[in-house]
Amino acid sequence: MTASSSLTSGTAVEIAALIAAGEVSAVEVTQAHLDRIASDDGALHAFLRVDTDGALASAKAVDDQRAAGESLGPLAGVPLALKDVVVTRGLETTSGSKILVGWIPPYDATITARIKAAGIVILGKTNMDEFAMGSSTENSGFGPSHNPWDLDRIPGGSSGGSSAAVAGGLAPLGIGTDTGGSIRQPAAVTGLVGHKPTYGGVSRYGLIAFSSSLDQAGPFGRTVLDTALLHETIAGHDLSDSTSIPAPVPPVVAAARAGASGDLTGLRVGVVRELGGHGFADGYEPGVLTSVGEAVEVMAGLGAEIVEVSCPHFGYALAAYYLIAPSEASSNLARFDAVRYGLRVGDDGVRGLDEVMALTRQAGFGPEVKRRIMIGTYALSSGYYEAYYGQAQKVRTLISRDFAAAFGAADVLVSPSTPTVAFPLGARTDNPLAMYAADLCTLPASLAGTPAISVPSGLSDGLPVGLQIMAPALADDRCYRVAAAVESALDARRGHPLLHEIPIR
Amino acid sequence: MTALSRDDVAHLAHLARLAVTDEELDLFAGQLDVILSSVAHVADVAADDIPPTTHAVPLTNITRPDALGPCLHPDEVLAAAPAAQGGRFRVPRILNEPA
Repeated sequence: MTASSSLTSGTAVEIAALIAAGEVSAVEVTQAHLDRIASDDGALHAFLRVDTDGALASAKAVDDQRAAGESLGPLAGVPLALKDVVVTRGLETTSGSKILVGWIPPYDATITARIKAAGIVILGKTNMDEFAMGSSTENSGFGPSHNPWDLDRIPGGSSGGSSAAVAGGLAPLGIGTDTGGSIRQPAAVTGLVGHKPTYGGVSRYGLIAFSSSLDQAGPFGRTVLDTALLHETIAGHDLSDSTSIPAPVPPVVAAARAGASGDLTGLRVGVVRELGGHGFADGYEPGVLTSVGEAVEVMAGLGAEIVEVSCPHFGYALAAYYLIAPSEASSNLARFDAVRYGLRVGDDGVRGLDEVMALTRQAGFGPEVKRRIMIGTYALSSGYYEAYYGQAQKVRTLISRDFAAAFGAADVLVSPSTPTVAFPLGARTDNPLAMYAADLCTLPASLAGTPAISVPSGLSDGLPVGLQIMAPALADDRCYRVAAAVESALDARRGHPLLHEIPIR
Repeated sequence: MTALSRDDVAHLAHLARLAVTDEELDLFAGQLDVILSSVAHVADVAADDIPPTTHAVPLTNITRPDALGPCLHPDEVLAAAPAAQGGRFRVPRILNEPA
């Protein structure tokens, strides 16, 4: 293993320690990753654009701070892959859509600013399903990303560029956003850790909005501790987001460290029957259920008490989600009106604004975005609003009540993160409903606004499987504690992290 | 639920300002009908007395200090616009008479 390859396969904690100790400079770390992107991203297509100059300048700033004796944050100098839904001042941001090609944001998202302030080096912007609508990156306006475990398979979505980058050795850390599962599902199918924070735990200021009552940004990492450190960097109250929770950030880093000791004595783990349990296994691959079942046995071995819980309204989550998210999207995407930013088509001096707007949106949006805008337009239209959007919002209440009842019997709930391993590229592109099913397990926590993490449980047919751990609102630290315990027990049993089994290309 | 007709989809596309093609109308009419039929069972849940939910941690009356802060520079904002003129966004005509 060369020095450069150890830099691109290490954890964020290891890389930060090397930089802090002066054994390697932040510029060398960044250059190693830029080199790796140059050699490997042709095959992975994780990045939509790489900010070589910006990344090297950020890294040099960290090196200068260290040379000046200033104290560095725990992730200073560590490179990161940033999903293109997050706006970056001076760096083109498209949200995976052709309608925003060439848009240079005049401001930073709150999480962009916090990442920069922590000395984390943004390597570039990662591919995604257009406006985060999808589970595979195949809805990107710029072509799909590929799964580093098998280049013919999807890396998950919508944050699939970030998952491909982190699993594929292009960046030790990644940022995704999760509206219905878009962090947890890509983490699961690429063998990463990915966390969706409590809604309101991370600022949405500067995220290009998809579904405002569901969108939540969160971290990807190769380990639970790396993921927790990035979570702590980006989370916390923000006056620029009126849905931001004015409460301290849950102690996720301390929880990850405590969990690694592997003691779950007294913890009650609820296995959700409706998510792949007895009588509800249709659509779930047996290999996924086996792997998740083994992880639950590992938890029992660490002292946890395993109980089965029932959440009867989870069966309505998919339907509620595919009314709420398109409804909010149809409203949010009305901003793409060919006036203030992005594309304008057909402005010939004769056509009026309405016509130019319709031609622009027709040319700039891909088919899935058009489908969702029209579904949302329908669900919000007079005469249907109560039956669809209104009813779906009530179903959210019933799902939240299911969670509340289950959390009376258990401290955390577990399920598969997604019903199948990574599917082949192209397998579901002609069938929107089959694509939507990838989010089956992640949707309940999205609708309830509660935190959930995906941590690798093992392999099925040589492809990663994710265990989802769900906790009550604001108890994100519980997700990290339990995930760290599972991770350390499984790593010890295997003799190495799961990611080390990724085929070398 | 009644099937969505091709005309219904054309109307939705107009409301959503999408100049969809004839081929797309055929494709979307079928797909939207399948999707809407599959989600219609939310109506089966007895929820008359159930309040709606949008946020895991309810928040009301959110304010922030009424303080001066930095704002975006007009040149930077207009640089991102598809067309600008005289320090303003230039838009196609919005009324029905020719320009």
